[in-house]
Amino acid sequence: MAKTRTPPEFILERDDYKCIRCLVCVRVCSYGANFYDEKENRVYTENSKCVGCHFCEAVCPTEAITVKRNKFDIKPSAHWTSEELFDVIKQAETGGILLTSMGNDKPQFNYFDRLVLNASQVTNPSIDPLREPMEIRTYLGKKDAYLEIFEENESQVILKTEVSQQLKLEIPVMFSAMSYGSISLNAIKSLARAAETMGTFFNTGEGGLHKDLKRFGKNMIVQCASGRFGVDIDYLNSGAAVEIKIGQGAKPGIGGHLPGEKVTEAISETRMIPVGTDAISPAPHHDIYSIEDLRQLIFAIKEATRYKKPVGVKIAAVHNVAAIASGIVRAGADFVTIDGIRGGTGATPKITRDHVGIPIEFAIAVVDQRLREEGIRHMASVVVAGGIRKSADVVKAIALGADAVYIGTTALVSLGCHLCQRCYLGKCNWGIATQDPKLVKRLNPEIGARRASNLLKAWTLEIKEILGGMGINAIESLRGNREVLRGVGLNERELQILGIKAAGEAW
Amino acid sequence: MKRILVREEYCIGCKLCEINCVAAQVGSSNLIKIYRYVPELPEPNLIVEEDEYTTFAIQCRNCDDPMCLKACITGAMHRDSFTGAIRVDKERCVGCWMCVMACPIGVIKRTNDGKKAASKCELCVDRGTPACVENCPNEALVLIEVGE
Amino acid sequence: MNRFNVDYYSASSFIPIPDKDYRISSACGISGIMNRSGRSFNGEMIMKSMEIMHERGNGLGAGFAAYGIYPHLKGFYCFHMLYDDEFAKEETEEFLKKKYRIIESEPIPTRKNPRIKEVHILWRYFLDAGFAETSSEEDEVVSTVMFINEKIKGAFVVSSGKNMGIFKGVGYPEDIGDFYRLDEYSGYIWTAHNRFPTNTSGWWGGAHPFGILNWSVVHNGEISSYGINRRFLENYGYKCTLSTDTEVIAYLVDLFMRKMKYSHRVTSKIFAAPFWSEIDNAPENEKNLYTALRMNYGGALLNGPFAIIVANNQMMMGLSDRIKLRPLVAATKDDFLFIASEEAAIRVVCKDPQKIWSPKAGEPIAGFLYSGNREEKITETVALR
Repeated sequence: MAKTRTPPEFILERDDYKCIRCLVCVRVCSYGANFYDEKENRVYTENSKCVGCHFCEAVCPTEAITVKRNKFDIKPSAHWTSEELFDVIKQAETGGILLTSMGNDKPQFNYFDRLVLNASQVTNPSIDPLREPMEIRTYLGKKDAYLEIFEENESQVILKTEVSQQLKLEIPVMFSAMSYGSISLNAIKSLARAAETMGTFFNTGEGGLHKDLKRFGKNMIVQCASGRFGVDIDYLNSGAAVEIKIGQGAKPGIGGHLPGEKVTEAISETRMIPVGTDAISPAPHHDIYSIEDLRQLIFAIKEATRYKKPVGVKIAAVHNVAAIASGIVRAGADFVTIDGIRGGTGATPKITRDHVGIPIEFAIAVVDQRLREEGIRHMASVVVAGGIRKSADVVKAIALGADAVYIGTTALVSLGCHLCQRCYLGKCNWGIATQDPKLVKRLNPEIGARRASNLLKAWTLEIKEILGGMGINAIESLRGNREVLRGVGLNERELQILGIKAAGEAW
Repeated sequence: MKRILVREEYCIGCKLCEINCVAAQVGSSNLIKIYRYVPELPEPNLIVEEDEYTTFAIQCRNCDDPMCLKACITGAMHRDSFTGAIRVDKERCVGCWMCVMACPIGVIKRTNDGKKAASKCELCVDRGTPACVENCPNEALVLIEVGE
Repeated sequence: MNRFNVDYYSASSFIPIPDKDYRISSACGISGIMNRSGRSFNGEMIMKSMEIMHERGNGLGAGFAAYGIYPHLKGFYCFHMLYDDEFAKEETEEFLKKKYRIIESEPIPTRKNPRIKEVHILWRYFLDAGFAETSSEEDEVVSTVMFINEKIKGAFVVSSGKNMGIFKGVGYPEDIGDFYRLDEYSGYIWTAHNRFPTNTSGWWGGAHPFGILNWSVVHNGEISSYGINRRFLENYGYKCTLSTDTEVIAYLVDLFMRKMKYSHRVTSKIFAAPFWSEIDNAPENEKNLYTALRMNYGGALLNGPFAIIVANNQMMMGLSDRIKLRPLVAATKDDFLFIASEEAAIRVVCKDPQKIWSPKAGEPIAGFLYSGNREEKITETVALR
């Protein structure tokens, strides 16, 4: 048979009693899944077109719509899940690489949920964050192992060391690199405003800098990736820091590809390429084939920015991450960003997303430990990304040794994303991963900024609550403090690599 | 004085404003009951204009120098002294439709409940927040304070 | 038999020792008395001060640090040792002989006390490390101590300074003092500790004070930031061999006050950092200083409840945590400085202090020996508060 009918992934159930034929669902679906039959006066859905983004469900005024996952009732097999089966069928029909978006959705990579936190009881008092100061301010950048201080007398204490430029974060959570192109301008504006309100940073990704975003410079990290799109001297100097992107958790070892049809007038301007041409980011930087080349680029950027901006390097968490991170620190980076296997993306081959890289928890643990063993932990901050969903994950990542975290997917979810994993189609109903002006309008940056800020506000409260419970009132006492972590259901080797004890073990 | 600000750049063209305007005129929030059981539904007092990517909802602007008020022959059309909204006194309206003719943006309609009278957006002054503003999913319609 | 490089964890006979192999929580009473003219007085005074705080301990650990007790041998490093057995002693002596000239080697004198159960061989050495006291020589001594504590099974260095010693064990302070015959020593600085651990501590090495070189620390509290303090020290090459938070304080003091030569004021502001809200509103130069301190030495912030008394041959300092979750009282009378957990512990040995006060959270109280004719005041830093 030339074609197997692929069953729909989702089934849209419409309660006909509740449906008032207002046709909102018909008007909003960018995939054209809903349609109205005038003769019958009935709204129908072509389920095979539904991607499960739940936008129609969200706007239906009478709650007549329920989008449900279609359970493909193949013969149960632990080995052959329906996903595996239909992936084979799709490839048999198309002969192509399976594409997907967002982060790894497989259960085996999650270790955060197998870590538990400590709290004070009797021997030391817990601290009430509503009554006592609770500090989560974080500085990112190169620190000095020794500060030269001249103490003339009691009141004249002078700092002699000139400390390196730092990024000041009022909450140790930043918005990951997401380019203009992969997400809409309204989505970036939402994050930029939220970063400004909350005293943190967003990252331009490799898409260059749209002119509307210039004013957010002091809350912006500009990225320089292998395609060098939009990179010029003004770009490098327009943010608070520069991040060189080597790799990404969702697609370690491969580059990026923005199809020409998405390169609109505005995107062509920010990426500095002609309208309609493909924007191809090569897999490696073609001027970085080794660590000494990276050092050259780091210092080229430092020269270009007059040593006024911290320069970071982002890599995907791979097997040798500790040694690579150590090399990056020694190459002169002020911060190292590590993106774990659960990191998201706008488009990636499914095979890469699901099988390449290591969970971020292990990467944090080994990188932090390695840098301490080498006595160079102070020389760079460690920022981690890839799978941070909630404040508990932030606390655990910091306790394992991270200085701050990046959130990408979580930030988009706060803007409305329902993780349908179809970013690569560019038809995002929520106005996030799209450049279609009709869809982009759907994300009002005022609402987006409010929601993203709310998320960080809520996390601030939760992190403070957890710190207080531990009897700690400053986040620097949590950072790298693995004594507050215990593992549940982990084997001895995993515990050892994470540098933590098993639940039940005392100090 | 509060007025509805229309933000074309955020209007997603879903027409939830129209649907909820109708419900507000009927005076219920149960959309299912209204659309199922009310035999003659009123027209919405605002219209979503569409032209390709441009969509926006428009309702009575409550002009400073309202043509409808000048055109009204019975004085049914009047300005609410408290909210500044232009309202129709349905008892006094005789259905001459001069207001409909005079309105430069075409947002005054005839009622279809049998009585010959004009109907227009009155900012839901009896309801509180306008139904269209309350139900706009993207805050493309917002109620803002404007100067006297 | 090679007893070096024993991997404790894989040894089949491994029985974990509290404090050494795992951390236990404890609350305590502390006291320190200093004569700033350098006049010596015997151990009875500090024992009396501790006795009144009997209730702050539970008989599972007490100890004393005394300065100026070995004037006749003040040029030599005095190692107070705890040995589990003769093997450990032999092995340690062999190791010491390779690096040092042993001037004297003798048992630490003790007196039978019905409430003290002797379990260790208590020994002391006076060691000549060579010529002038340079910082590299001090580093050498530190690494000797670290080596013995980490690698020689059954041996533990209690103190390693000059003209000072630490006496500690399992028992109430009055009994420990009596056992070690502290009434027969005289010194110009005495600090002491009474312990209330939350489980049975059978190991004498786990009692306070903790010392490295001339520094000693007594500590009441639980450092919630222990995990990171320990790893912060790793970045500077310190290996914490014990599982106690007081050990990290001793090493942090060594790092900042000895190696980096910071004053007690700067060190206190690292241990009990001012809040950002205070730093942000400070004058520009202070703001830069304190921001840099917190940024760079955040891993050395001691978080959680603590009150400590740190001493060396020149000074004694008291410090509490940044929100003062543990008590600390200070008093002066003529050339005496008293610091203790309770006012009663001071009043019992000094009926009419000229000044008695509760230091503010995170404010160090430090007294130095008078240098020459200059009458130095007790320093109480008030910056930022």
